Amino acid sequence: MPERIARVPIRVKVNGKDYSLEVEPRLLLVDLLREELDLTGTHVGCDTTYCGACTVLLNGASVKSCTVFAVQADQGEVLTVEGLAENDKLHPIQQAFADHHGLQCGFCTPGLLLSTLQLLAKNPHPSEQEIRKGLAGNTCRCTGYQNILKSVQAAAQAGRT
Amino acid sequence: MYSRPFHYHRAKSLAEASALLAQLGEGARVLAGGQSLIPLMKLRLASPTHLVDLNFIPKLSYVEKDSKTIRLGAMTRHTDIESSAVAQEIPILKDCAAGIADVQVRNRGTLGGSLAEADPSGDWGPVLLTLSTQVRAVGPQGERTIQLSDFFVDAYTTSLGPGELVREVVVEIPPKNSGGAYLAFKRCAPVYASASVAVQLTLDDKNICRQARMALGCVGLTAIRPGEAERALQGQTINRSSIEAAAEAARAAADPQPDMRGSAELKRELVGVLVRRAIVIAVRRARGERVEGGHIYA
Repeated sequence: MPERIARVPIRVKVNGKDYSLEVEPRLLLVDLLREELDLTGTHVGCDTTYCGACTVLLNGASVKSCTVFAVQADQGEVLTVEGLAENDKLHPIQQAFADHHGLQCGFCTPGLLLSTLQLLAKNPHPSEQEIRKGLAGNTCRCTGYQNILKSVQAAAQAGRT
Repeated sequence: MYSRPFHYHRAKSLAEASALLAQLGEGARVLAGGQSLIPLMKLRLASPTHLVDLNFIPKLSYVEKDSKTIRLGAMTRHTDIESSAVAQEIPILKDCAAGIADVQVRNRGTLGGSLAEADPSGDWGPVLLTLSTQVRAVGPQGERTIQLSDFFVDAYTTSLGPGELVREVVVEIPPKNSGGAYLAFKRCAPVYASASVAVQLTLDDKNICRQARMALGCVGLTAIRPGEAERALQGQTINRSSIEAAAEAARAAADPQPDMRGSAELKRELVGVLVRRAIVIAVRRARGERVEGGHIYA
């Protein structure tokens, strides 16, 4: 590079904890999480805005963190899979995925958990069709999706009680 | 994957963004939702040396309605259009907003970004071409209004000048007894459609079609208005034979290229199928029925 690229100061809250750091503009949100903050629960799958393994919530909205620059999360709040459980108690969505075998290899699971959280926040009692559409941005190569569907239905049911 | 390095500029207003673009020149690009630009940069198909970020500019995201028009801010995300009251009233907007890519992309992607990118497979182009739509742009020479029909020049090319940015999209509310539908066929959620069709009709009291507008997506360098197909419906009763004539004319107007989303033959076939289905949905909606439209997954 002919000229030096200025690093950009950002402040971001991740899973309730405040961070202030300086980042290169091209740093992706997923790499901020994984490489700078050691939060490796968020996975890089396809790295091309397809598979949704890197899904996190940014200011309450699910995003593919491989397709957001870290500088864009400045002044924002991020929720990753590490922020779901409280102390040692799994989040009801995590518990439902465990109970209903909503995962096999587990690589896509962090993204699916966050997409499920987003879906149920907007639509607490989704139909099967709505679940399939709500999770259409997350690819799983193991389960065939049937048990994911059951897990989401169970999580919705758990939210009802 | 990392993009090439770039300098980052956070604009506080559209005027500042426009001035920055003019000052930084050819190597500068605008960052709106980033859902096309960031993947292109990571694949190094695009390597801007400067990015001007519009995401921190206040008051660019809104859906507002008065008696005649709907105004949508350039940075309005697809998801906010999907959940707006206006999308309930004008179902073709909902068809489009609710089906673009997937939830995560709709949470980030913006209306202004989608139009300004002018991807031949973009969803908003065909939909808004069937409504009376204007783009309000701001640039170094001030503000101007561009008819959407004059906005798309070629694939990935609009009539926006250097340093000019979309500020707002203005859509005329269709007259009563109007109905529209947007149908797009895609292999799975995150990809662009293989073919898409937007239809907007206005019927009179005797069920004669007074106005018909149609646009085809993914089957040309820009969205195509198939004039013959529109004329096959205009002034006619919508029945099997006028629908068939419109579908045949739309198939003839399509100019599909074979790619990973399908062969030219498949895309042309899809245009015919989608036109027939979209007309039927549009007519039912014009009569006040609630019918599902939108994106169809293979």
